[in-house]
Amino acid sequence: MNPVDAANGLAPAVGLSPVAAVFFALVGGAISLSTPYLFVSLGECLTERSGRVNLGLEGTMILGAVSSYAVAYRVATASVALTWLAPWLGVFVAGLVGVAMGWLHAYLCGKERVNHIAVGIALMVFGVGLAIYFGKPYIQPKAPHLPALALGDWSSHEAIRSAFKINALFIVGLIVAPLLAWALTNTRWGMILRMAGESSDAARALGYSVNRVRMLATCAGGFLAGIGGSFLSLYNPGIWAEGLSRGQGLMAVALVIFARWNPLYCLLASLMFGAAEALGPALQNAGLSRGYQLYAAVPAAVTLIIMIATCTTKRSLAGAPAELSVN
Amino acid sequence: MDSIEGSPVLSQTAAGLLKTSPEQRRGSRTRSVRVALAPLAESVIIQGGVALLSLIIFGIFLVVAAGQNPLSVYADMWKGSYGTRFSQSASLAKAAPLMLTALCTALPARLGMIVIGNEGALLLGGLMGVAVARILGPGMPWVTIPAMLLFGGIAGGVWIAIAGGLRQFRGVNETISTLLLYYVALAIFNFTVEDLMRDPTSLNKPSTIPIGEANMIGAIPHLPSWCPEMHWGLVIGIVVCAAMYVLMDHTTFGFAARIVGGNVKAARLQGLPITMIVLTTCMLAGAAAGMAGVIEMAVAEGKANASLNAGLGFAGILVAFVARQNPLAIVPVALLFGGITASGGLVQRHYDLPDATVKVFTGILFLVVLASEMFVGRIKWLQYKEGEG
Repeated sequence: MNPVDAANGLAPAVGLSPVAAVFFALVGGAISLSTPYLFVSLGECLTERSGRVNLGLEGTMILGAVSSYAVAYRVATASVALTWLAPWLGVFVAGLVGVAMGWLHAYLCGKERVNHIAVGIALMVFGVGLAIYFGKPYIQPKAPHLPALALGDWSSHEAIRSAFKINALFIVGLIVAPLLAWALTNTRWGMILRMAGESSDAARALGYSVNRVRMLATCAGGFLAGIGGSFLSLYNPGIWAEGLSRGQGLMAVALVIFARWNPLYCLLASLMFGAAEALGPALQNAGLSRGYQLYAAVPAAVTLIIMIATCTTKRSLAGAPAELSVN
Repeated sequence: MDSIEGSPVLSQTAAGLLKTSPEQRRGSRTRSVRVALAPLAESVIIQGGVALLSLIIFGIFLVVAAGQNPLSVYADMWKGSYGTRFSQSASLAKAAPLMLTALCTALPARLGMIVIGNEGALLLGGLMGVAVARILGPGMPWVTIPAMLLFGGIAGGVWIAIAGGLRQFRGVNETISTLLLYYVALAIFNFTVEDLMRDPTSLNKPSTIPIGEANMIGAIPHLPSWCPEMHWGLVIGIVVCAAMYVLMDHTTFGFAARIVGGNVKAARLQGLPITMIVLTTCMLAGAAAGMAGVIEMAVAEGKANASLNAGLGFAGILVAFVARQNPLAIVPVALLFGGITASGGLVQRHYDLPDATVKVFTGILFLVVLASEMFVGRIKWLQYKEGEG
């Protein structure tokens, strides 16, 4: 068993009926495993609303994961008094690393003839390579984890207690998602960003540099994706290992389509994707001996079916920014 | 809106075909030489600049992050890639599947489609290879190995053709659909490896039942002594790349495909069978990646397991972009990246650096190459302006 699988193990569901055990595992998945999806999809949503796709968020996430882990570990070992602050500093640094990756993406994509899909894939390769390189010394040491609210302590069941352990980043995400939705529709910045995504000509006519707007949106998106990565190393599974990020950054592109480019729907879709990720292991725990591997494909398959059902050759998906080349 | 339109990179291909260059005929001799050599000079300057800049950036990385002398690392990277006969055969083995996965992106690119689900087609191809070998048994490898390649190719081809069909009939973007199909293929792959065809004796690393020693793709026999050891997969990769080059650049099918990629309305006015062209091209593209899966499985481990899902498909996307979607250019580019990958082990042992060091270099190189696109057609003194002189 690889270290990521081992750290991801579900709490034993002793004394619960199989149905209840699966249910609480799904609830736990929706609360905990959804967090990286939430941040990375909000980041991707922001970038795509400005009219550009960033396929490199997988690299951003994993680089965020390793940098936050390194910072949290270093700060905590340097000063015991700052142990509570260490993971939060890690989260912040992960965001900054995400901004740097976003800037690189936006800088390259702002040039003529440069293909943004290829740049995204190249950034993924680059980010994963850098993360494994710099992560080597951090495979053994233990960094302090992010705090969590234990709302399930009323129960004597271990499975229920772990399901209702609400991590701090999830709460932050619950605040950020509606805030972004509000800002996109109601603030000047949000309108400029959406204008760049809907009609670059209109934005140019009003004197805004489309490239600059998209660069800021990609950097902000990178910040959120980096935070999403820090969740992986600082909370769940809460270790640093190669293969920590399992395609959440790439899936974010699908998730945003699923959520119709709406930050609030991103929240709901992330809950669903998180629950879906917990489905396979939960069924396996409940005694389903075969086929649980196939449940990993549920989010991708559902997104594909939705696209097939709603796309026609005449028009693209409802809610898609008009300037987006991938819709 | 038409389903295949507005591919900024590729629409120039068809236009370039139709453009005659009158200045070449009536211009002075020196000017015509200059015009004829300009594309070559441009590509030499840009490629050279790319190589130099990547080495400089990676050199800075080595000095700052690793405290190593970049020149000695580069010398060892050469030794570890193509400097010795032993490393040459390792590099060639790594390059073979890359050539085929790169075709999975390069062929649909002629139609203006960006396919990124190469990895999914590769996984299914590898699985199909195992299944075929299981059914046919070890008795007749001269039938089994071609059958593995054929059915592995069909499995991968169907997978990418699904995306082509969705694009053509439902207007679903192929970049997203192939990405989603990759995740579906990955789940099927994991289920098959860990359950359906699992070898009960593989405990720590779930694998399928082995295809048997007889069915593995082996080294080419009777090579001259100066020649590095090569396996048949490399021959298949080069032959398929060459065949796809001929198909795409020297047949009416390839010409029709480029018209579809350049201007789908013109293609429709010509009465070209657009759906057929899209489906066939996607099928060929997926088949190449599927065969890559068979080769990687049948050369290295002789069974399918997690090692097959190691990013060869994603690397293939970048190889295709670096080769500017030209099937013939894919061969040297794949040899280059195969060599860099193969040199990782030596660099790790000599300098006590993580094996990801060469991955960092690969990432830098890809980014610089993609960024260099902005200079194509922008080097002033190489451009010939009409009406000049």
